[in-house]
Amino acid sequence: MDNKEILLTMRNISKSFPGVKALDKVDFTLRKGEIHALLGENGAGKSTLIKVLTGIESMDEGQVTLEGKPIHVKNSQHAQALGISTVYQEVNLCGNLSVAENIFVGREPMAFGRIDWKTVNKRAKELLKNLNVDIDVTKTLDSYPVAIQQMVAIARALDISAKILILDEPTSSLDAAECRKLFSVMKQLRAEGMGIIFVTHFLDQVYEVSDMITVLRNGELVGEYEARNLPKVELIGKMIGKDYEQLQQIESSKKTSHEAKENFITCRNITSEANIRDLDLDVNKGEVLGLAGLLGSGRSEIVRALFGADRILSGELNVNKKRIKRNKPITAIRNGLGYCPEDRKSEGIVSELTIRENIILALQAKRGMFRFIGRKEQNRIAEHYIKLLDIKTPGREQQIKNLSGGNQQKVLLARWLATDPELLMLDEPTRGIDVGTKTEIQKIVLQLAEKGMSVIFISSEMDEMLRCCGRMVVLNDKKKLGELSGAEINEQIIMEMIAGGKSV
Amino acid sequence: MKKITTNQIFWPLAAFIVLLVYNAFFAKNFFKISILDGHLYGNLIDILKNFAPLALLSIGMTLVIATGGVDISVGSVVAISGAIACSIIDGRLGIFDHSFVAALILALLSGIACGLWNGFLVAKVKIQPMVATLILMTAGRGIAQLITKGKIVTINSAPMMKEYYFLGAGYFLGLPFAFFIVVAVFTIVMILVKRTAFGLFLQSLGTNPKSSRLSGIKVDRIKLVVYTISGLMASIAGILISSNIKGADCNNAGLFIELDAILSVAIGGNSLNGGRFMIPASIVGALFVQCLTTTVYALGVPPEAISLLKAIVILVLCLFQSDSFRQKVFKGTGRWRKGADAA
Repeated sequence: MDNKEILLTMRNISKSFPGVKALDKVDFTLRKGEIHALLGENGAGKSTLIKVLTGIESMDEGQVTLEGKPIHVKNSQHAQALGISTVYQEVNLCGNLSVAENIFVGREPMAFGRIDWKTVNKRAKELLKNLNVDIDVTKTLDSYPVAIQQMVAIARALDISAKILILDEPTSSLDAAECRKLFSVMKQLRAEGMGIIFVTHFLDQVYEVSDMITVLRNGELVGEYEARNLPKVELIGKMIGKDYEQLQQIESSKKTSHEAKENFITCRNITSEANIRDLDLDVNKGEVLGLAGLLGSGRSEIVRALFGADRILSGELNVNKKRIKRNKPITAIRNGLGYCPEDRKSEGIVSELTIRENIILALQAKRGMFRFIGRKEQNRIAEHYIKLLDIKTPGREQQIKNLSGGNQQKVLLARWLATDPELLMLDEPTRGIDVGTKTEIQKIVLQLAEKGMSVIFISSEMDEMLRCCGRMVVLNDKKKLGELSGAEINEQIIMEMIAGGKSV
Repeated sequence: MKKITTNQIFWPLAAFIVLLVYNAFFAKNFFKISILDGHLYGNLIDILKNFAPLALLSIGMTLVIATGGVDISVGSVVAISGAIACSIIDGRLGIFDHSFVAALILALLSGIACGLWNGFLVAKVKIQPMVATLILMTAGRGIAQLITKGKIVTINSAPMMKEYYFLGAGYFLGLPFAFFIVVAVFTIVMILVKRTAFGLFLQSLGTNPKSSRLSGIKVDRIKLVVYTISGLMASIAGILISSNIKGADCNNAGLFIELDAILSVAIGGNSLNGGRFMIPASIVGALFVQCLTTTVYALGVPPEAISLLKAIVILVLCLFQSDSFRQKVFKGTGRWRKGADAA
C-alpha cells in the first residue's frame, strides 16, 4: 500500500463538545485508489472525524492536507469544491423534490438563464443507470423506498467531481443485492483513482471491499491496519477494547423454548392501509418473534398495523383476548404495546427534548395529561434507565440530539421499558449501531423475554435474527410465507423460502 | 455570564431595560407616576393597561407557535368578540339585551367557537395553519359587521356601560384592572403548562409530530385545544379593547394586532418553527412592543416615521438574539462565542 500516492492526511485532530472529548489527537491517512474503512463503536468519533473533514464541525486543533497542500475546510460547500463528497448515514435529501432535482439541486445545468430540465433529467437518469438503478427520475423522492433514496444520495455525491468520497453507513438500509451493486461501483471508482472513506458497522462488508482499516475508540486512534492482515476477531477486539467472549455468550443463553404458549395477540385477516393483506399472526407471551424478509416484504408494515401507526381497514385484532376496534398508538400503548420504529431520527427521537423528557414521554402519554409525573419521579425514572441501559451521556438533561445513534436507541428503548409493556416491537433496533451496543441490545431483548415480555424483532441482519428469535415468520411481498420455530430455524431454509416465494 | 446570556428570557428583558433606561434620559417625565382620581397615573401605568390585550394574545400565540403553527385570525376574533359584547350591552342584538353577564359569556363563547374552527381546519382537515387561520382572518371582520349591522357600536349611554368600561379601563387597588386579568390568565395557563403534561406534549409535538404520535400523544386533540385557547385569548382581548374605547369598531379594533402578537413571541426568543417555548419570555416581548409604542409617542416622533422606527429597533434586537450574528460581530472577544456554542 505504501507505493500509492497520499491523497489526504489528517494529523492531531482534536474536538471537544460540552462534556465530551469527541476526538483526541487522531491521525488519518487516505491514499489514491484506496477504500479505507473507518471503524469504531458508537461515540468512538467516526462521525465527528467525518464532520471535521467536511467542514460541518470546526476542529479545536490539528492539520489537514489534501494532495500535499494544507487545507482549512470552512463548510460543506467548501468541502465539495475541494472535491470531498459525502453520503450521510441517514438520507439527507428533500423528499418533496423529484429524484433529478435532488441530484442536481444547487448546481442545475442552465440554458438561456433558466434551468435546463431536459439535461437535468437525462443526466440524472444516466447517473442512476451507472448504479444499476432504473427509475423515473421525475417522480418525487418520497415515492421510492429508503434503499433507492440512498442510491440517489450516492449518485448525487458521485456527480460532484470528487477526489474523495465519504460513505457514512451507506449500506444500513440496503439489502444484499443492492449492497453488491454499491460495492461494484465503489471498486470501479477505486480503479479510477478515487479515495473512498467507508464507515460501516457490517464487518463482512469491510472485508469485502476495503484495503485499509482505521479503528477509533473513545475519540482516540487505535491504529491503522491492512485489511488482509487483520483477522475479524482481532478487529472486533480492537473496536470494543474488551474480550470477544461476550459475543459468544449470547449464543448460549438464547432461545429458551416456551412450552406454555399463552396468546397475547391474535390477528385474523388483517388488511392495513399500508398494503398488508389478509394476514394471520399470533404472538405468544414471553416469546421473541422474528419477522424475516427483505426490505419491503411487509415486516415493518405488520408492526405498524399492530401498533395503530397505520390504519387497519378490515380483519380482527385481539390483544389479551380483547377485541380492538379503533386502533391508535395511544390505544395500543394502553393495551401494553411498545414500538421502536425503523426510522429513529424522524419517528423515534424528539430531538429538542432532553433525555429525561424523551424517556418519560410514552409513560406520561399512557397515564394521561393530567396525571402528571412529578419532576422528582421523572428524574428517578431517567436515572434508573440511564444506569440500567448504560446510556453514555454527561447527564439526563442533555438534549437527545447530542447523543450518538446507539445511545439514542437506548433512550428509545428506555422510553418503552418505562411503560412496562407486555409486547415490545423493535424494528431494526440495532441499525447503524456498533458491535458492543448491538450485543447489549440483543442481550436486553433476551432478558426481557425471559421475564415474560413478548418481543417482535425485526432486523436486516440474519445473524442477529438467528441469535435472538425463538420463532420466525417469513415474509415476502407483504404476504406471510410460513413460520419456523426452534430447531427448524436455519438461514438456508429462510433464504430458500424468500427466494422461492413459496410457503412451507 | 455564559449561563445568563443563553437564557431565553435574557435578550427580551435586556432590551426592555435598555428601552426604559433610554426613556429615563430622553423622554420627559416618563417615569413620573402621580395619583389622579384615586388611582396611579403615568406612562408606566399606561403601558401596563395597554399591553394587556397584546399580552393575552401573545400567550395564546406562543402555544400555537409551539405546535409549529400560527394563528393570524386573532385580530378578527378581537373584532367579533367586541362586536358581540357591545351589541348586547347596547341592547341591539335582540337577545339578552343590556345583560352584562351574557355579553361576557357570549363574547368568550364566540372566541372559543372561532378557535375550535381554526383547530378543526388545522388538526382534522390538515390545512396549513397560515391558510387555515387566514380564512377566519378574512371572514371575521365581515362576521363582526353582520353582528353590528355594519355600524360602529358605541355604548356611552347603555345602562351597564360603567361596569363594562371598568374591565378595560378601570382601576383596582390603584392599578389597571386589565393588568389583573393578565396576571390571572397567565397563572392559569402556567399551571396548565407546568403542572400537567400539556407543556411537555406541546414541545414534543412541535419538535416532532410523528414521534409524538407514536409515543401516544394525541397530537390532533392538543392542536385543537391550543387553537381554542388562542381564540379564547383573542375574545378576552376583544372585550378589553372594546371596553377601553367604549364601543365596537369592526374595521379597526385589533387591526394588525396579530402581527404584534407574533412579534412578541419572536422577541421572546421562541422558535417560530415550534418546539421549545417560554410564555414569560413572550410576555416580556409584549411588554417591550408596548413600551416601544408608548416611547415613540412620548418622544413625539412624527406619526409617519413611527412604523419605520419600530422596525429598525426590532431588527436590531432580532440580530442580537441570533447566535450566528453575535458570533460574527463579537468574534474577536471570544466570550460571546462560547456562550453561543453551549446553546
